[in-house]
Amino acid sequence: MKADAALLDRTPLGALPEEREVLLAVENVSLSFGGVRAIRDVSFDIRKGEIRAIIGPNGAGKTSMLNVVNGFYHPQQGTITYKGRRRHQMRPYIAASQGIARTFQNVALFKGMSTLDNIMTGRTLKMRRGILAQAVYWGWSQKEEIRHREVVERIVDFLEIQHIRKTPVGKLPYGLQKRVELGRALATEPELLLLDEPMAGMNLEEKQDMSRFVLDVNDQLGTTIALIEHDMGVVMDLSDRVVVLDYGQKIADGTPEEVQNNQSVIDAYLGVAR
Amino acid sequence: MSGTIPSRAPSSELDTIPKLLLRNASRLAARPAYREKDLGIWQTWTWAQVRDEIRELAIGLYILGLKRGETVAIIGDNRPRLYWTFAAAQSIGAIPVPVYQDAVAAEMAYVLSHAEIALAVVENQEQVDKVLSLADQIPTLRRIVYEDPRGLKKYDHTRLHSFEEVQSLGRQELKTNPATDDWWHEEIAQGSGSDISVMLYTSGTTGQPKGVVLSHENLIRTAVNANAFDKLSEKEEIIAYLPMAWVGDHIFSYGQAFAAGFCVACPESLETAMEDRREIGPTFFFGPPRRFEAGLTDIVVRMQDASRLKRWMFDTFMRIARRSGEQILEGKPVPLSDRLLYWIGDKLVYAPLRNRLGLSRLKIGYTAGEAIGPEIFRFYRSLGINLKQLYGQTEATVYITMQPDGEIFADTVGPPAPDVDIRIADNGEVLFRGPGVFQHYHKNEAATAATKNADGWVHTGDAGFFDSRGHLVIIDRAKDVGHLNDGALLAPKYLENKLKFFPEVKEAVVFGDGRDFATMFINIDLVSVGNWAERNNVMYGSYQELAGHPEVYAMIERRVDEINAQLAQEPKMASSQIRRFLVLPKELDADDGELTRTQKVRRGFIADRYAPLIRALYDGSKECHIRTEVTFEDGRKGMIEADVRIVDMPTHQPMATALKEAAE
Repeated sequence: MKADAALLDRTPLGALPEEREVLLAVENVSLSFGGVRAIRDVSFDIRKGEIRAIIGPNGAGKTSMLNVVNGFYHPQQGTITYKGRRRHQMRPYIAASQGIARTFQNVALFKGMSTLDNIMTGRTLKMRRGILAQAVYWGWSQKEEIRHREVVERIVDFLEIQHIRKTPVGKLPYGLQKRVELGRALATEPELLLLDEPMAGMNLEEKQDMSRFVLDVNDQLGTTIALIEHDMGVVMDLSDRVVVLDYGQKIADGTPEEVQNNQSVIDAYLGVAR
Repeated sequence: MSGTIPSRAPSSELDTIPKLLLRNASRLAARPAYREKDLGIWQTWTWAQVRDEIRELAIGLYILGLKRGETVAIIGDNRPRLYWTFAAAQSIGAIPVPVYQDAVAAEMAYVLSHAEIALAVVENQEQVDKVLSLADQIPTLRRIVYEDPRGLKKYDHTRLHSFEEVQSLGRQELKTNPATDDWWHEEIAQGSGSDISVMLYTSGTTGQPKGVVLSHENLIRTAVNANAFDKLSEKEEIIAYLPMAWVGDHIFSYGQAFAAGFCVACPESLETAMEDRREIGPTFFFGPPRRFEAGLTDIVVRMQDASRLKRWMFDTFMRIARRSGEQILEGKPVPLSDRLLYWIGDKLVYAPLRNRLGLSRLKIGYTAGEAIGPEIFRFYRSLGINLKQLYGQTEATVYITMQPDGEIFADTVGPPAPDVDIRIADNGEVLFRGPGVFQHYHKNEAATAATKNADGWVHTGDAGFFDSRGHLVIIDRAKDVGHLNDGALLAPKYLENKLKFFPEVKEAVVFGDGRDFATMFINIDLVSVGNWAERNNVMYGSYQELAGHPEVYAMIERRVDEINAQLAQEPKMASSQIRRFLVLPKELDADDGELTRTQKVRRGFIADRYAPLIRALYDGSKECHIRTEVTFEDGRKGMIEADVRIVDMPTHQPMATALKEAAE
């Protein structure tokens, strides 16, 4: 409750999305795997504090786009500007240490480990003591662990998963696993959070819960969020701006209303012959 | 209720809860009063700290404009700060009104406007949203205070305040104006035992909920009596997990806690209550029967998956526990060999089980609310857990009867609680009188007059009788109790519950009001009977076939006979032995309107629907053909037809007559 304040208080973002500063910009990015052109000359930006959705039919290149952003794929052309620094390609460890965290389309947790331990792995990059010092677990490394554990506990409190603290995540229902994965991403204290289909395979109630957490993360922690999602209801309700991809190309970019009324988006989703 | 009476002399007796707070803060200053888990670690407040927290809050609330006699809604899960709000409001003469936290906004609207709430103290954003959505229906509501600021940053804060903010208002005032502390103590001294302490709305199965008004005297006298009855001291620990709006929680975790000065621990969340209970190890605990049932089921299921050695140990030592555990708990003589075996069993089985249940340190456990299965009740007691039953209601400030140590029976709720008189009306209804009798229903004189008569006797609405040991047995709601043609009492639910304790029986429906004898429909439990059939090579193709199977009939017949034998032991009940029964070919289902959504039998509807079967039960036929509609799970409807066999049961001789005949 009150203890959240330290973790949760960040600079308020009063301004409207379009007036905010650009956190990440992708310019003219193209990516191909051999002959397959997954992304063709796509440009868009993500502004500080917004919820940005990336949508599109299956195989449109959405996940590839996220992988480019966090440095997992290296585009052949184009640049990525993150926090004012322009790069030809991002590298995963740079992305992680500079405040980009992500969750995956299919849950990628350590199934045999408890919820607490899984979230704790998100703190790895923030740990300063060496393996040896941690093994001895005395003095500074003990203090450090206590500090990290506190952050983890705040996340547990934030995501309301106190009751599964010590449960091995493999035993948890899917919806809760997704929540733990979000928790691990939050443990890195990200500035930009990439969510790859956070609601896939969830029932209505789980979707509602997850939507609330996504909004809370954005609102309370001030985290910028880019998400891929298939549930259009969720996308239209949650996001500030939406970029639409189809066959690796950007076909629309704007507010949910604009995108909803865009003819090429409607065509792409209804499969109109071109 | 309206304002102060300036001329009233301040009373120095411990007759209000805030006065008890001051006593605890001076006498038990360093003892733990509240615990709450924050970020996974238990945080503790001592009584002295709690007094300071409550003082700041009370002064803060006063600065926000809360006046003597006004009402404060308290909405949320069990949280120390919400408990403090009770005492803070009471200290300045305001009246706390806890509201069920899971009520939807529309349900809340009635209570909040009926109680004319001036200020609401709520737990979190969810509750703030509900109260805000009702704001225009509650003209009296001026301010809302919330405990957890999460998600509320962007809300309009003109009438909205954080708990911290209210307390810091009080803190500031205390700092700048030292006389404030004296003022607060004077405010407390102004209170007296006859003041309204709290208003609890009963859920009310019919019509609108009623606001039960209780005085400080009601609360304190009942709490002091109950603490003395069970020898509860400031050393107890309790875990508060039942709704704060329920009278039980208000007495156990608030009234009795303040009276004895013991410690109240609030679980982290509802889901962690079980885990938190193991960590806290309460010494005093209340749980509804279904909680104890769930605990037992959990153990049985886990044992089935355990290794052979463990299963053997469990079975062997549970046999010993069943044989002598209860006697040992009650200090009755037991053969030395059993005592020794029980001691070994305690080390190997019982103590680990108690630990698993979080009841290792338990001194007194209570259950109430509905009938508890005798098997379940005895299981816990044989493990050395002092589980007891009580009977109570909001109008009595809980306690009407309670079981004293050494006089525990699964089928009674015990003799009258200390200072409580009980009388059985001619129609079988239980009436009581005592220190806990409520003042009145808020703004509802008609209901007050109908429930409480001029001499202070209160109608419980329940029917019951005293057995030969002087213990009260509750049999049914008074309005559901009927009579056989010979004038004998017929309590359908009492009979049905007895049968439903057998795992094979899912539902039972008793008939007989205005008839010569009692009869019964039985619904078998598909899971349990199906299992039994599998183990005993009984073949069946459908529910209907299983229900009509001769071996199933034979099994049910044995069960009914057992019940009849039990009924024969009770003079009042001997006439309502089941003479004829049948097993229904179809499962009673809420989709068909036969059960309510909360799985209660709709007797009238069933009687209409199965009228031919009832006729057959009373015209002596051996079989009856029935054709009835069923609704399948996907909503389609179909018909089922069956020939239902009817079984005649021999009756047992009533005990009293048997004795007389033996004497002759």
